[in-house]
Amino acid sequence: MTAQPTTLKILTVVTVLMLTAATLMVFFYAPLEAVMGQVQKVFYFHVAAGWTGMLGFFVAFVAGIAYLITHKRIWDIVGVAGVEIGLVFMLICIITGSIWARPIWNTWWTWDPRLTTATIMELVYAAYLMLRQGVEDPDRRARFGAVYAIIGFLSVPLTFFSIRIFRTIHPVVIGGGDGDAMGSFDMTPKMFQTFMFSLATYSFLFATLLWHRVRMGKFADQLEQLKMKLLA
Amino acid sequence: MNQVTPFLRALGAVVWKDLAAEWRSREMLSAMLVFALLVILIFNFALELDPVGRANITAGILWVTFTFAGTLGLNRSMAVEKDRGCLDGLLLAPVDRTAIYFGKALANWLFMLSVAVIVLPVYSILYNINLFQPGLLLVILLGSEGYVAVGTLLSTMSVQTRTRDILLPILLFPIVIPVVVAAVKASGNFLAGLEMAEIQPWLNLLIVYDVVFTAVSFMVFDAVVEE
Repeated sequence: MTAQPTTLKILTVVTVLMLTAATLMVFFYAPLEAVMGQVQKVFYFHVAAGWTGMLGFFVAFVAGIAYLITHKRIWDIVGVAGVEIGLVFMLICIITGSIWARPIWNTWWTWDPRLTTATIMELVYAAYLMLRQGVEDPDRRARFGAVYAIIGFLSVPLTFFSIRIFRTIHPVVIGGGDGDAMGSFDMTPKMFQTFMFSLATYSFLFATLLWHRVRMGKFADQLEQLKMKLLA
Repeated sequence: MNQVTPFLRALGAVVWKDLAAEWRSREMLSAMLVFALLVILIFNFALELDPVGRANITAGILWVTFTFAGTLGLNRSMAVEKDRGCLDGLLLAPVDRTAIYFGKALANWLFMLSVAVIVLPVYSILYNINLFQPGLLLVILLGSEGYVAVGTLLSTMSVQTRTRDILLPILLFPIVIPVVVAAVKASGNFLAGLEMAEIQPWLNLLIVYDVVFTAVSFMVFDAVVEE
């Protein structure tokens, strides 16, 4: 058992402080949106959670490729960590989105491309975990996981475009797009600062969680080996 | 040319083996066919297929039928290899392993198309609608290719897990959603007699999916079977 590296300790403390600051900023620094009011504040963490979720799945995709090339255990551990974190944050993104959509779109749910793609992504990565559960041999589990993480990630943009050809009502706040979408708004500088800070905070949160989860994965591996030795 | 011929010969051998085994046992195709017809029967009562509503949902019913019957075939096609240790024999053969993948995928494709060849006329007769349109056939060709390209890879994985055939649809369905969406819309538009400009985006999506997923499956297949 090794102690936590100092960098990880510092990173954890910084992340906690940033999360506190980001929450305070969302409630006290960012101005109230004129039309939507309080419920618009969900936006800062909603987008940040979606970004973190995508980051997690992307990390799993890259780790999958790296594993297939190098066959190093560490990439498998990183892959699972990415998927697990991605699943949780994508769920947060979907739930916060629903909370916002109820008053703004007057419905909890709609079959818009982004919402549908997020849901399908949850299903893909839930299947990833089920696949891993069904394989006992660690080497084979890692190979199957890597393959499925690659295939799953590649299908996401195609799923998105296939549903996008239908009309969308999801607002595109970042990078222009259709300003008429219901619930769309322009950010004031203070809103933009809060938004960017939330994004940074969540990226830090992602890095911290990933690091902790990878460490945990390594320990689980060591434990497994010790058990083997004891039984042998 | 010398490099290509052994590959093609190995591929042909795998396809031939699957077709011959199927021709003798007729286990898989008959199961897929009866299953497909049962799905249509269930839809008939579940959805009250009156003539007006029917026109709009024919494409959907066809693709749900193909998707479900397809998993049956994919599971069976790999389970046979696994159960009797044939897969190990195949892997021991001194041929390029991607030839095995393409052979299995091609055989699965042929099985899916054979199901379509029988389901289409039956559906046409039962519901008095002409399904033999070149556009629809093209969509079936493209859609089922994408479906079996991913399906063959994933079924090779799922037969090696503890949960086996339960796992395949769970792994496969979220990945083939683009195929199902595009195929249903393209088929529906062809049946409704819409203009080519309306159908083109869907066909493009199907082609992109086919190319991307055939290529990726070809690249990662080695990792799925290596021991």
